[in-house]
Amino acid sequence: MSIASELDPATARLSVDVDAGDGWIAELAAGETLRIVDLHGNQAVDTLFFDAHDYANRYSAVDTLREQGSAYLTLGSRLLALDGRPLVTIVADTCGRHDTLGGACSQESNVVRYGEHTRHMHACRNTFLMQAMSWGRGLEKRDLSANVNFFMNVPLTPDGGLEFADGISAPGKYVELRADSDTLVLISNCPQLNNPCNGYDPTPVRLIVWPAR
Amino acid sequence: MGAIIDSILPPAASWSRVCLRGTALTLTDLEGGANVAALLYRAADPLERYCMPDTLKAQHVSRLTEGVALYSDMGRVLASITDDGVGWHDTITGHALDEHIASRWGAVSYQEARNGWRRSARHALLVELAKFGLGARDLVANVNFFSKVAVGEAGELSFQAGNSAAGASVTLRFELDTLLILSSVPHPLDPIDEWSPRPVRLVLSAVTDAAADDRVRMACPENERGFAASETALR
Repeated sequence: MSIASELDPATARLSVDVDAGDGWIAELAAGETLRIVDLHGNQAVDTLFFDAHDYANRYSAVDTLREQGSAYLTLGSRLLALDGRPLVTIVADTCGRHDTLGGACSQESNVVRYGEHTRHMHACRNTFLMQAMSWGRGLEKRDLSANVNFFMNVPLTPDGGLEFADGISAPGKYVELRADSDTLVLISNCPQLNNPCNGYDPTPVRLIVWPAR
Repeated sequence: MGAIIDSILPPAASWSRVCLRGTALTLTDLEGGANVAALLYRAADPLERYCMPDTLKAQHVSRLTEGVALYSDMGRVLASITDDGVGWHDTITGHALDEHIASRWGAVSYQEARNGWRRSARHALLVELAKFGLGARDLVANVNFFSKVAVGEAGELSFQAGNSAAGASVTLRFELDTLLILSSVPHPLDPIDEWSPRPVRLVLSAVTDAAADDRVRMACPENERGFAASETALR
């Protein structure tokens, strides 16, 4: 299901483009809205969320899926923290479906999936670690768990399979998240070159933040 | 050779142990309808832990069964499922929180229920983690042995009652020394109205290491690389 937003970028408090392969970390205050724009289409945006006042209380993919009764994230999905309370809610979405079971690529998972020759390719979890270190305040590898992959299409099959399928996003598609509580957002604009999650061509994404209304 | 451990995990109880490479744990659903939430950490460095997404995407599966390896977040196989009489074990829907116990089955006090006190799987897992100096930051997506949550065409999730029959077993062989944490609290999506947690038999035995032609190792090229990474870490 898709629905567009009525928010006007002219009224935003922040608009920043995250380059291909780069990352971003910042807080959203309760009530603020973050739009993630897939500027060029088929770009996976690997994202983690943390309770801004207690990083141990972070986004939990499995709690989120169980409580909403569906394996995919879409309009209306409430992204829950470990304590069962929502951190952010998807309030607008022109793409329609997002993954949260495929995880983020790492050097180590690339070696498993694609072979030793991919060990030194750039990977999301390195970006997460770089951003966490720059943020400081104790955020580190221990705090990284299953993330959201906005704009990524990872269909599950009724017989227990899982596929990495071509993206269902397109240039200009976006997803909008409203913060239900003060939330730290950590993004890796995925650099993966070995599967179709970025159309084999990682590109920039735009982040726009509106104040609470 | 006799079992190293042969014990009963009572209904809605928890258990933890460092299970060494060279051993395998067989879990048996004694009455049918059991659920065992499980978390795995590399004993040598618990910062390395079971990783649901890496496990699923390496093997292109969304459920666990015989022939599937359980990966850490560092590209190594912690354990593998060498035998399975169940066919489907969930790893995408988490475990019961205090709210589930209260809203689904009703909380009872220790004063009235004594050892029938209903504690959540979240509570149990955190307590077991704390015994090893770990905590909420180490809580990641768990395995639910014996439980099946089916995925429909549109992604709808539905708990499948009757997935595990009385006497059904699953065997987990450890490829690295692994801290294993278990909770036998019912799955939070189990629609059964009555609080009816089930006991599970745990048998830990010595086994030989995965051979060159081991079924799990050879299930896919990804697993060959994952096993090799585990074996390299031993040297």
